[in-house]
Amino acid sequence: MLRRLPDQSGRKVRFRFEGEPVDALEGDSVAAALLAAGNRILRMTPKSGSGRAPYCMMGVCFECLVEIDGIPNRQACLTEVRGGMAVRRQRGAPGLPGEAGDDPD
Amino acid sequence: MIRTDLAIIGAGPAGMSAAVAAREAGLDVIVVDEQPAAGGQIWRAIERNARLRPGNLAFLGEDYVKGAELAARFAASGAQHWPGSTVWHVESPEDGDKTVTLAWDGATRQVRCGALLIASGAMERPVPVPGWTLPGVMTVGAAQTVLKSSGLFPEAPLLLAGSGPLLLLFAAQCLAAGIEIAAVLDTTPAGARLRGLPHLPKALLGWRTLLKGRRLMRTLSRSGVRIYREVTKIEALGAEHLERVRFQSVGGPAELETASLLLHEGVVPNPQLTRLLRCEHRWDRAQRCFRPELSDRGETSVENVFVAGDGGGIGGAMAAVHAGRIAALEVAERFGAVNRPNGDVEIVKARDALRAELAVRPLLDAMFPPPRWIGELDGGEVICRCEEVTAADVRKAAALGAPGPNQAKAFLRAGMGPCQGRMCGLTVTEILADAHGKHPEEIGYYRIRPPIKPVTLGELAALDGAD
Ligand SMILES: Cc1cc2nc3c(=O)[nH]c(=O)nc-3n(C[C@H](O)[C@@H](O)[C@H](O)COP(=O)(O)OP(=O)(O)OC[C@H]3O[C@@H](n4cnc5c(N)ncnc54)[C@H](O)[C@@H]3O)c2cc1C
Ligand code: FES
Repeated sequence: MLRRLPDQSGRKVRFRFEGEPVDALEGDSVAAALLAAGNRILRMTPKSGSGRAPYCMMGVCFECLVEIDGIPNRQACLTEVRGGMAVRRQRGAPGLPGEAGDDPD
Repeated sequence: MIRTDLAIIGAGPAGMSAAVAAREAGLDVIVVDEQPAAGGQIWRAIERNARLRPGNLAFLGEDYVKGAELAARFAASGAQHWPGSTVWHVESPEDGDKTVTLAWDGATRQVRCGALLIASGAMERPVPVPGWTLPGVMTVGAAQTVLKSSGLFPEAPLLLAGSGPLLLLFAAQCLAAGIEIAAVLDTTPAGARLRGLPHLPKALLGWRTLLKGRRLMRTLSRSGVRIYREVTKIEALGAEHLERVRFQSVGGPAELETASLLLHEGVVPNPQLTRLLRCEHRWDRAQRCFRPELSDRGETSVENVFVAGDGGGIGGAMAAVHAGRIAALEVAERFGAVNRPNGDVEIVKARDALRAELAVRPLLDAMFPPPRWIGELDGGEVICRCEEVTAADVRKAAALGAPGPNQAKAFLRAGMGPCQGRMCGLTVTEILADAHGKHPEEIGYYRIRPPIKPVTLGELAALDGAD
């Protein structure tokens, strides 16, 4: 989880995670805001169901996949928080194109 | 669909510098980047920090602050900048324009361009130690990213584990910001410093980088932070999340309680886009990774597709700035841009600057050699985080006859999850090379197919309607 240094100015933004209110600062990524608010786990893997958290924070590991406003497969580390946003954990595979988008030859 | 002379993927040092040079020459330029603001990895959130949180500039350091100038020139250059745009497909027909397809705010956009510059940068080498999937474990770069963009830092006790300039830089930034580091587990092998010595004379061309490196090392060793040397066999332990870290060091085995473990074993080119375009790649022995083959102007084996910056091989931010400029000047030359006084002279100047900047690299590669243990893994370590495939699974696939990554992928589904092999690709290549006793270049890499990022149904539907 993350802590914030003192003197980080910025406008407050409130959104929801699993229905609960979360306070963040404008410019935070959804992933950073959730870790700063004390949430350790952002998704559960499709295969074993184990809990995962952001690993790279730069868009390459896809461990931060969440559902945002009803749309699954969003990368929380690349999405800035917006007031009123509704975020949910991604449980397993959402079964959308992109996941199966590449078959071996 | 919008048409432009030059499309640039990535608004980091390479992409911004290329955009500025191409605009000066009179080309139309569109720059797309999935980040919310320009800057790339090194200068992430530079504009926001300069405006809103000037206090952060003090601990992020002078190399960070330097980014503000190029970011301002980029903003004023007249290049179109599309932030928040994730490229998920690129096509390069043999003759004619290239097409870049991207997702932006739930919609799909396409750009046609005469020349394409891939300035998509590097990623940290995945470090598949046991337990690296536990919440509480992330990369050094990840922690640095949230420090830059949000002033956030990992909960104590904090451990940094690995090797490389970025780890030292982040440690120095933490100390300057008053963030407590419980210990550093330095995985640099014994004697690496000495092995760097033969490269010293050439590296003197890049003496500024050298001085900075020494300063960083001294900051850390004088800080009083506990440093374990020659660390191996790191294991992250915990039930639901990270609780302890076990490892070996010169002092013997050790175990530490911790809440946050940051891993780092150097950075490697992000291979997705050049692989998608079927550009030729070579194995870089010193950096243990693939890199696209480039001409001295930065062109790939695919005509009019260029690469500049760390996506073409690790050279650092200033090298990226010069390489971006070289590629842009070459494109301007080729497409008969209007304003190009002394185009050739400018290219020669930029090439000299690039060479001086790269002179220090062999020394850095020797001082921070990439880890060898990754290719030797054979146990229950998860190497594909998406599909939860272990090193032993990859060995089994090799024994069953899988000659390369694509066959292993068919057996195991490794590389078929949402990250599309970004997290397991290099490891699978290294393990297969070891299992078959072959060179990584013979083993090859995953064949990358679009979409290179998960695309929603809405975004796909929007593509049908694209004109
Ligand atoms: C996490 C991390 C932190 C780093 N921090 C530092 C540092 O503090 N100091 C330092 O000297 N070096 C740092 N580096 C090294 C870094 O590679 C620099 O040398 C420099 O940022 C390289 O510049 P670049 O222009 O080549 O690429 P980058 O700066 O990496 O820029 C590439 C840009 O391309 C974008 N991009 C990539 N793929 C896509 C896509 N599919 N669609 C849209 N956009 C895309 C990215 O969002 C990024 O903004 C860091 C590297 C990493 C991976
Ligand atoms: S944390 Fe790695 S993709 Fe978001």
